[in-house]
Parts: sequence; structure tokens; C-alpha cells
Amino acid sequence: MGQKKLLTGNHAIAEAVKIAKPDVIAAYPITPQTPIVEKLAEMTENGELDAEFVRVESEYAALSVILGAISAGARGFTATSSQGLLYMYEVCWWVAGSRLPMVMAIATRAIGAPWNIHGDHNDIIVLRDTGWIIGMVENAQEAFDMTLQAFKVSEEVSLPFAVGLDGFQLTHTAEVVEIRDYELPKRKLLPHTIEPSSKFALNAVTSGIPKLKARHEQAKDLEKAKEIIKEVDKEFPVSYGGLVEEYKLEDADYIVVMMGGWCGDAKDAIDLLRKDGIQIGMLRLRFLRPFPTKEIEKLDGNILVVDRSNSDYRGVLGLEVSAIKNGIKNVITGFGGMELDTQDFVKIFKKFVNNEIKDVEWWYGSAER
Amino acid sequence: MVLLKGNASCQGCPHSIAFKALSYLENPIVLMPAGCSTVIAGLHPNSSLEIPCVHVPFPATPAVSYGLSTGLKKRGIKANVVAWMGDGSVDISYSLLTGSALRNDDIIVIVVDNEAYMNTGVQSSGTTFWKAKTTTSPKGKREERRDVALQMALHRVPYVATASIGYMRDFIKKVKKAGKVEGFRFIHVHCPCPPGWGFESSKTVEIARKAIQCRAWILWEYENKKFRISNISKKARGNGLKDYLLSQARLRHLSDEDIEEIRRRIEEEWKLLEHLEKL
Repeated sequence: MGQKKLLTGNHAIAEAVKIAKPDVIAAYPITPQTPIVEKLAEMTENGELDAEFVRVESEYAALSVILGAISAGARGFTATSSQGLLYMYEVCWWVAGSRLPMVMAIATRAIGAPWNIHGDHNDIIVLRDTGWIIGMVENAQEAFDMTLQAFKVSEEVSLPFAVGLDGFQLTHTAEVVEIRDYELPKRKLLPHTIEPSSKFALNAVTSGIPKLKARHEQAKDLEKAKEIIKEVDKEFPVSYGGLVEEYKLEDADYIVVMMGGWCGDAKDAIDLLRKDGIQIGMLRLRFLRPFPTKEIEKLDGNILVVDRSNSDYRGVLGLEVSAIKNGIKNVITGFGGMELDTQDFVKIFKKFVNNEIKDVEWWYGSAER
Repeated sequence: MVLLKGNASCQGCPHSIAFKALSYLENPIVLMPAGCSTVIAGLHPNSSLEIPCVHVPFPATPAVSYGLSTGLKKRGIKANVVAWMGDGSVDISYSLLTGSALRNDDIIVIVVDNEAYMNTGVQSSGTTFWKAKTTTSPKGKREERRDVALQMALHRVPYVATASIGYMRDFIKKVKKAGKVEGFRFIHVHCPCPPGWGFESSKTVEIARKAIQCRAWILWEYENKKFRISNISKKARGNGLKDYLLSQARLRHLSDEDIEEIRRRIEEEWKLLEHLEKL
């Protein structure tokens, strides 16, 4: 058993990063991510962590510095949110396309306009097409565990890994977290690690087939990451189930599909409905990429997807799941820090069970529209 | 030889001359944003460069260079990491460039300045000459050019210099010097471009030298917190301005008044540098 500490989600991530011993950390502050990098700056200043902490002038520069560091075979970490993720978006593609491992924490937050610094999932979903591995945690312990696992998985498949945690709900609330007794292997050097003796150009101009091939290889390795995620998950004292967590699914006629911190409240609602004899359960998505296609194919029951992001009139997870299953219901809610408690989920799930939810429904709770 | 024969540079390309200076650095690694050099460096899986080269997104060069330099240092490997940027790259990565200078990042920035966005077909840039015609300034550029080297020197970094592909010995001397110093080093190289400026491809070096002789481009160094005008520019008499300007299609429309105005601006710049030298 490792030591137990009272940690916010942000500090849980910083503690995991400390164990991973990155060589280079570069970051620019943005709410609600800032406490992660403040903590890491403190750790490097007082000698707890032997890393180069680079104070950059933008998120674009933060990820660019890490791109350089990981090209040189070093281990790299950064963290961001919302506008910051958008500002570094170009470099996100370059990191994935360069086939280099790294970990980035994303304290998920709404994107302007209008201004909003609170939580939803509209930022992290923009990484969907980049080739990054995208995880989403439910609590501070999982934030700690996934961050450590992320380094290992990322380095196994040479793809970058984003660990998502809900802004404020997870980043700024404290829980008891067990500091795992875990040592990461040293970072492997890749054939395309850049050193003065390297005899090649990295990322030179391609046309047609080599570009298709590069993207194809990347997609295949993202698929391969599924098995590695499952294996690494089992190495920890608590196994979360790999790509998904199944909650009371065995006999469920009604299945809710969700991701992130609010799954805890939704599980409480499921427990309450179960007391009334309603056979309802949850498939919690721990990963948006690689997408747990098989786990969703297997589902047998009525499906409700609850989303904290949208594309067009539908929720983003709703779109993803409906590519695999027909006739799903989709609720979109919880934007910009809008809080949903257990009773809200009880209401939503009861309506779902009573077949009163439209195919796509934007949920305002009791608030005025 | 850094740049191999058979590369994709245009006839008389100033960059293909400038590349030679890199062979005077120990353990060089070159980083390249989008620009003419990206094309010259060759199509995957080939490379026309004999040194390791990393292609990076357009605005990212200074920061990726610093990350690479730091990553290697962490692994105990010595290298001279060179951010090889065009004037377009200076424009789009300006905040990263000044951020890098502020931190005194351990990199060498070499700006190969052909005074317009040449790779996309001659559009106006921050360093495009006043009144020069480009495809986005068809009647001549209205704004003054950006003096990047002076701006970098004001960050009080260890080494800044201007250079020209017309005077390679001077340029190489400066590159060698930069290679021996630690921290942020910056060399701004004047690179007259035959198709972009409109002169014959056999005249690249000749035009570059004319620019120095008429002081349209002034060679100087900033080292140990001291400015010094380089000997070549000190010896230049400031003659031949009209000939330099009118030998380029982009400036052939200049009136006598325009040329007098340019002469006045050049004198101002010279006086400023003389003043800085006295400090």
C-alpha cells in the first residue's frame, strides 16, 4: 500500500508526474489547469523533481518546447485547458504525426465565446482526429493512476496521451489519493530520435502515398493501444476495466453511456433507481481515443448517451455511439460549469426509462431556458 | 559541405550559399519551419542536407529548437541547435522568438532573409524593403522594414550579428563565434533572391555586395554587451545606392525623391549604429 494523501485532482496529477520523472516540463498557466504546473514548478525549484521547467510565453510554445524535447529522446509533460488547447492545436497534430510519446493533462473547460472558465468537454473533443490517445477520468485517484499509466502506454505505442479531468469538479476538489509504489521503465530511444549523429531529416515533405501510409500506421497503432491500455491497467492495484468501466451492466435493460467526473453522481442515481427495481447500469467511457467500439457493440439494451459537448445539434459522444448502435437517445447538458446532482440524473434516467426522452434533448434541469 | 548537389534550390539561390556556413559548427542540428529551405532540404525519405534536420510547424522553430537543445542536454549530449528561419518565420513566430531571447535559450537562430515570402510566391513580409513591389504590395510596400537583429540585441543576449551571403568569410567568422558561445545567439543574413527581387540568377553575390557597399544592409555585431560595426561595412563608402535599387525589378519604379528618402533613412540607421558603438 502506498502513502495516502489528501489531494485535488490537479495535485494528484502533479504527484504522478513527479513519479514519472519527466526531463522537461513546459507550461503556460490557464484556469483550471494552473495548479498542476504551479505544483510542478515548486517541485523542480525545491529539488524534489529533477526536470527542466520551461516558463514559456504561450501554450503554442509550451507544446513546441516539448515537441523538441521528446524528439531528442527526453520525457516530456505539459498541461492545459480550453483556449490553451486550441492555441496549441497545430502542434498537437505535429506531436502525434511525429510518432513521439508524451503526456498532457487537460483540465476540461468550456471554450469561448461567450467567456466561460468552467467545466465541460468541448475542449478535449477537438483532439479526436489528431491521433492522440484521449482518456477521461472520474476522480482524483484515477487522475493519478491514469497519468502514470499514460507515460507507459504512450511510450509503448509512440503516440501522445492526453489525460482529461473535469475542470473544477475534479481539478479543485480534494480526495484521499493513494500514491502508488510504481516505477516507470526508462524512456526507450526510438529509431527517429534526433541526435547530432542522426543521418536523416525528420518530417520532411511527403506527397500522396507516404502521407497516407504515415496516417494509416498511426491509426493502426492507436488501435494497438487498446490492448496495451488494458494490460497496463491490470498492473495497478485497482483495475478500472481498460477502455471502459462497466457499472451494474450485467442485467441492465437500460444503459447510460457517459464519461468524466459526473459519472459518480450518475452512479448514485443508478443505485437509487435500482432500489425501485429498475434494471439500469452504466458504461463509463475511460477513453475517447482509441474509441471502445467493441465494448459498445456488445451492449444489449436501450442506450442513453449523456454528453457535455456538442457538434451540430448532437452530442459528440452521441454521434460516436450512434455510429455503432442504432436508436440511441442523447442528452446534452452540463455546459460551462452547469452542475448536475444525483437528483438531476434520477430525473433524466426516469424519463429515459419511461421513454419520454427525445432522440436528442438539450437538458436545462429546472432552470429557465 | 552541408548542402548536397542536386538539391531543389532555384538558380542563384542565396540560401544554398548560406547553408555552407553551417559546416563550421560543431555537432549541428538544424530545425526548419515552412519556407524555401523546406523544399531545398528535399522530399522524404531523401535529404539534401548532410546534417540532421527537423522540420517543424511554421511558428514553432525557436521553441522546438530550445526543447531539442534541452532534451539533448538532459541526456548529456552536446549539440549546436540551429533554428534556420526565413523572414516569414520571423513574422509568424515573433512572440516565440522574443520569448526564447528573454529566457536566453541555448540555441543559434539564423535568419536567412530574402525580404519577402518567397516560397509562397513573393508576398510582402516584415522585412520587405520600403516601396518594394510584391504580389501583396503591387504598388510598393508602404511600411518600413522590421529591424529584427537590433530588436534581438535589445534583449541583451550573448551574441547578435548581421551578415550577408555576399561576404561569406565574415558570415562564417560570425557563425564560428556564435558556435563557441552559450545561450541565445542570433545572426541575420541578407539573402538577395533572383526570382523574388527580379535580377539575373548569376548576380546574387554581386547584388548582395552592392547592398553592403551602399549601406542598404549594414554588417555589425553585438557581443559582450557591446555594439561594433563590422570592418566590411566601416570600409564601405555608402556609394551606389541608386544602382543597387534600380538593378532590382521590385524597386525599378522608384522616383528620385523615393531614392533620396531611402538615402536619408539609411543615414539615420548608420548614425544610430555609430551611436550604439560609442556606448
